[in-house]
Amino acid sequence: MAADYKTIVKDGLWDNNGVFSMMLGLCPAMAMTTSATNGLGMGLATTAVVAASCFLVSLFRNLITREVRIPVFILISAAMVTIVDLAMNAWMHDLYKVLGLFIPLIVVNCLPMARFEAFASKSPPLPALVDGLFMGLGFTLALVAIGAVREVIGSGTLFADASLLLGPAFKVIELRILPADTGVLMMILPPGAFLTTGLLVVAKRMIDARAAQARPADTACGLA
Amino acid sequence: MNIPHTLPAESVATVTPTPRTLVHGVILGAFCLGFGLLLAITDRLTVGDIAARAVDDRQNTLAQVIPASLHDNHPVADTLLMKNLRDKEITVYRARKNGLVTGVAYEISGPGYAGEIRLMLGLSADGKVLGVRVLAHKETPGLGDKIEEKKGDWILRFSGLSFIDPPPERWKVKKDGGEFDQFAGATITPRGVLAAIRDGLEFFAANKTRLLEVN
Repeated sequence: MAADYKTIVKDGLWDNNGVFSMMLGLCPAMAMTTSATNGLGMGLATTAVVAASCFLVSLFRNLITREVRIPVFILISAAMVTIVDLAMNAWMHDLYKVLGLFIPLIVVNCLPMARFEAFASKSPPLPALVDGLFMGLGFTLALVAIGAVREVIGSGTLFADASLLLGPAFKVIELRILPADTGVLMMILPPGAFLTTGLLVVAKRMIDARAAQARPADTACGLA
Repeated sequence: MNIPHTLPAESVATVTPTPRTLVHGVILGAFCLGFGLLLAITDRLTVGDIAARAVDDRQNTLAQVIPASLHDNHPVADTLLMKNLRDKEITVYRARKNGLVTGVAYEISGPGYAGEIRLMLGLSADGKVLGVRVLAHKETPGLGDKIEEKKGDWILRFSGLSFIDPPPERWKVKKDGGEFDQFAGATITPRGVLAAIRDGLEFFAANKTRLLEVN
């Protein structure tokens, strides 16, 4: 498989987006997106784990036999999650206090498993790393989008507490869109997650369909 | 090694046919061993720092409920193990000045809307609230989470109060005939916090001599 980085990047961010196209990792995508900042945090933590474990899977791809690949994949992603969890707790403690809750949840995300199976186990380490990185960033993008919609409608703010995650310099992106106490609480509760995710998937499909109409020769969006 | 394998026929044809099950077992075992080792090393490298951070965290919480002017010791290291009113073991942190106990802090908890709310309560030697802070809760974001200090100043309202003012039966939300505001749309959360503080004050009243012992 020849490495075509442009396709890898485009696939990860849009065409084959983990949440909006492949519908993977929906559990963290819905549970963690009560605000754009939470989505960003969960997304970045996932990106680190997916990229590192895709790289490792690819590195060992010739040693892993077909029959034991699933347990080995799980082993690799669980080990990466644990290492990230311990290292952040020890050396990036302030960030850990914000993100710590999300990190163990990455183990139950099926996005890494799908990428190991579909890409990393068949590609050299560098493309696998890039694929993991951009699949993770695409996931981050989706989570920030879901989180932003829910946060603006639900609590009237955008990127609240972002400075806790990114540092005091990011205080400027903490916005109040609607006056306090006017939010629609349902959007922060679980139903809001389903509604927002569903509507954003529809929006992405409509954009893709329009793009496909403009170029009828091309195939439509990735996996349905 | 005549272990019969139950693999689909087409996958058998591609690799050497002899003790394949064993090979897979060895591969899986090797990966487990390798990653197990990696985790053990990571744990060894981080364990000290993680323990230090946990103490820092505890110290930061204590500093919020016991003002620094009250003590010249390290409350985080001056502990006492006791049973609270519900027979749960709690650690009491003591603040001392010139050897005398000037304040105590311990963990309290109450039933919230979505599980237990855990708080740290700091009291001065005369039973007045020095401060209360939420340690952990699962309340609804945007409604019940106003009990957090960074989401509202409701939790700061207890400082200086004790069972003398207001009397014990007034330590309730206004809806229950008490002294304290509930939140619009969320009564259960403040009610749980107040139950926890009430418990904490009763524990202090019942164990005052033991808590303030100089030993």
